[in-house]
Amino acid sequence: MEQKQTGGRTHSGLSHNTVEMVTAVVTFLIGVVMMFDSYRIGSGWAVEGPQAGYFPFRIGAITGIVSIVIFLRAFSGKKHNLEKVFVTWEKFKLVLMVLVPTLIYVLVTQVIGIYVASTLFIGAFMKTMEKTSWLKTVLVSVGVSAVLFWMFEIQFLVPLPKGPLESLFGY
Amino acid sequence: MKRQIRKLGYGVLLLVVAALSSVATATPAAAWEPTRPVEVIVPAGAGGASDQMARTIQGIVMKYKLMKTPMMILNMGGANGAEGIIDTKESKGNPHKLMVAFSAIYTIPISTNLPFNWRDLNPVAMIAMDEFILWVNAETKYKTPKEYLAAVKAAPGTFKMGGTGSKREDQIITVAVDKIAGTKFTYIPYKSGGEASVQLVGKHIDSNVNNPSESIAQWRADQVRALCVFSDKRMGFDKKVTKDQSWADIPTCKEDGIDVQYHMLRAFFLPPGTSADHVAFYNDMLKKVVATQEWKDYLEKNALKDNYVTGAEFVKFLEKDEAFHKKLMQEAGFAEKK
Amino acid sequence: MEDLFNLFHGFAVIFSWYNLWMMAVGLFLGVVVGVLPGLGGPNGVAILLPLTFTMQPTSAIVMLSCIYWGSLFAGAITSVLFNIPGESHSVATTFDGYPLAQQGRAGEALTACFTGSFVGALFSVLLITFLAPLVAKFALKFGPPEFFAVYLLTFCSFIGTGKDTWKTIIALMLGFGLAAIGMDTISGQLRLTFGFTQMLRGVDFLIVVIGLFGVGEILVSMEEGLKFEGKSAKINAKVVWETWKKLPRYWATLLRSCLIGSWMGITPGGATSASFMGYGIAKRFSKNGDKFGTGELEGVLAPETAAHGSGCAALLPMMALGIPGSATAAVLLGGLMIWGLQPGPLLFIEQKEFVWGLIASMYLSNVVGLIMVLSTVPLFAAILRIPFSIIAPVIIVVCAIGAFSVNMAMFNIWVMLVFGVLGYVLKKLDYPLAPMVLAVVLGDRAEIAFRQAMMGSQGSMGVFFSNWLVGPIISLALLMLFWPAISTAWDKLRQTLAR
Repeated sequence: MEQKQTGGRTHSGLSHNTVEMVTAVVTFLIGVVMMFDSYRIGSGWAVEGPQAGYFPFRIGAITGIVSIVIFLRAFSGKKHNLEKVFVTWEKFKLVLMVLVPTLIYVLVTQVIGIYVASTLFIGAFMKTMEKTSWLKTVLVSVGVSAVLFWMFEIQFLVPLPKGPLESLFGY
Repeated sequence: MKRQIRKLGYGVLLLVVAALSSVATATPAAAWEPTRPVEVIVPAGAGGASDQMARTIQGIVMKYKLMKTPMMILNMGGANGAEGIIDTKESKGNPHKLMVAFSAIYTIPISTNLPFNWRDLNPVAMIAMDEFILWVNAETKYKTPKEYLAAVKAAPGTFKMGGTGSKREDQIITVAVDKIAGTKFTYIPYKSGGEASVQLVGKHIDSNVNNPSESIAQWRADQVRALCVFSDKRMGFDKKVTKDQSWADIPTCKEDGIDVQYHMLRAFFLPPGTSADHVAFYNDMLKKVVATQEWKDYLEKNALKDNYVTGAEFVKFLEKDEAFHKKLMQEAGFAEKK
Repeated sequence: MEDLFNLFHGFAVIFSWYNLWMMAVGLFLGVVVGVLPGLGGPNGVAILLPLTFTMQPTSAIVMLSCIYWGSLFAGAITSVLFNIPGESHSVATTFDGYPLAQQGRAGEALTACFTGSFVGALFSVLLITFLAPLVAKFALKFGPPEFFAVYLLTFCSFIGTGKDTWKTIIALMLGFGLAAIGMDTISGQLRLTFGFTQMLRGVDFLIVVIGLFGVGEILVSMEEGLKFEGKSAKINAKVVWETWKKLPRYWATLLRSCLIGSWMGITPGGATSASFMGYGIAKRFSKNGDKFGTGELEGVLAPETAAHGSGCAALLPMMALGIPGSATAAVLLGGLMIWGLQPGPLLFIEQKEFVWGLIASMYLSNVVGLIMVLSTVPLFAAILRIPFSIIAPVIIVVCAIGAFSVNMAMFNIWVMLVFGVLGYVLKKLDYPLAPMVLAVVLGDRAEIAFRQAMMGSQGSMGVFFSNWLVGPIISLALLMLFWPAISTAWDKLRQTLAR
């Protein structure tokens, strides 16, 4: 799926057209799934007007057809489009540097609650990205979480996901 | 150094234990009390009848300090309320979650096959029942349900009945009327009773079967007319609401030969796996709530039927009411095939 | 004349230190909930509602309505600074507001937002003051076909000629598909949930927006090397003044947005639809229409004016008819009933003091609100100077909280993450995101209105041309849709004729 441009050029990376085609395949599949589910619940025009699946079925159909158009267009794309790079590997690494920690952050939130997870997340981010001093890191990360806690749990009474630490304090 | 830290640790632990035990011993009267904020799940949108009831109760609880911890109202109205009910079902053993219930607890599992049943939850109490009234636009000539239904019968399919949602209480009543009076309404679902009420004033529909609270404003402004109430006896509030009518002046549909009766429960449930102590606390609290003047005013304003039922009697009621819904919905063809 | 007398009486009612204090508290809280994505006017009002049970109804409504105004004003702040709409009605503000901030003109953009909001509000309040009974009657004319016509008009005015028609279609269709998830109101059937209970409630529009715009934007920014493109803007009182001097030349856009806003507020179309329609129409009719999306002041003015106008106007049908024109109005409606007031046609007769107190407070609180938010502009612009390594994780945390609190579900945060990645990919592939967002907002409502209309007319399409109201709106919508084609055809015709 991913083709690496050879020749040691500086802008090697994911090709624009590859991503274009993969996206088209995904939207095509979404369209097919929508048609399938809508057919199940009735996609016709009954006496009292359109049935529940009438619109979703057609939306799915249009999505599918247009996806094919976009796929073919990318497949037989012009030369300069073929060489266009979606994202270079170097830049992609930077994107992953945010995406992966965020993924871990959401996972951790599920276990120990959003406040502790946020503190760790902000702290880790500051420490790795900019090598901020420990004092500043701790102040900012704990401070932000504390303010959020005060605002949501105490002032606005909106219960956010909490873990063992919060339950120790009776929340 | 290390020792000091350990000492400090013990100190903190001691403090925590002391704090916890002080909470526990402060009120020897009740066996259990909420120790953290209680979430009240409203399986309906903000501003609707269930939401208003929850917020009224929240106000009363706060005013009379019936609970030590705060009460938060959470609206989970997705999928006709299934969202909130399923959330409650999944919060197993959490006594800090209280759900407001209405007829959705029976109708949704029947019409959608979603995997829940009120038996999954822990019933606390029913605190009131809601009435349903047949309304028409005040500018029409129909003065009695008989006249109106005769006109509907004469022109099958052309009269539009509006109501809240699909395959729910309003449509169930419509189908029941169709069956008994031999009429054929075109039922048009709206998002809320308020919307159905305004659509009736704008003559986009011919009638609706709103709750008193959903149509009272239009009634008082003489924009809609109440034909009859779907009950076995008239409502008890005889204070004048409009210029010349009180709730008690509205005849029952039965009086006019249309024997359709329907009430909707307003009740509270706890998540599964909660204990009798938990139920006892909330029961006690709700009992204090319904004894206040504010609650009585609320009932009168919304013409709700005062009906506090709890314990085994409540469970018996739920069983009976569920069977009633099942029968009506199966007859109407609303039950999803398994 | 009687209206003016009533209004003065209303001013007399609200001019007490206590009420003014309530106003300030309300506005401040409104700004706070407006800035945080996920928390919005409805939450803010709902959370404080129990506190007001022991208050005078007039003071209570002054405070709660001020929360609403505050949130309407402040929703624009994060839209402009970070491309994250703090409120659903400020999505359209991001289209031009964020590019402006990237050019270092955040101060100008925010000033334009706030001033536009104020103008829209003022217009609606004037309308309510003098035309309340008439306007309330107009709102009653709206049945399902008319609602559908309005939604169609919103779509058609917004869907301009995209750069890539095929991709615009895909974006629209994906949006419609997302809107269809959950329980179908008309039939009570479950659609596209595939047996997952998490999908029952559907995919809330706010989560999509937070993911696509907020998280997606951070990923895009990462590529550019650990910083936001926003250059720290110079902000002082002079910027406000300079911006104000520019605004009068956009009088036509302001007027159009005022009309759209008050109309959409009265016939409950909502502030979100109003802002999209305001943006779309402005783009269509402005001389600089083709530059929209690259940082036009007019492009932030139009949606904000319409949104705030509609928010204010929404209180009229709430009071006069008992129908809430927006989610916040729905909560206020509940409040009214709890305070023992019966919204509806009689409210204006029986509760003169309350109604006119509220109307008077709308004048005053919007002036105070404008001053308040304008004075915070330097503060918010200073946020842009915080290093990326701090602001990026904080934004992600706030996005996660926002997504979660939409309906208290962990699942939402995952959905947000998926849309974040999707937003990154689609943005880089030049898929237009705005049509998708619009489709998510309105798709469901348009479908319901269409099917209600079909049920009522027994399947006859004639209902969409059945009266003087719905027919012209539908025609106007179709005209808008085919306008590009019509105008090119017209040009060609003229050229051939000239030859």
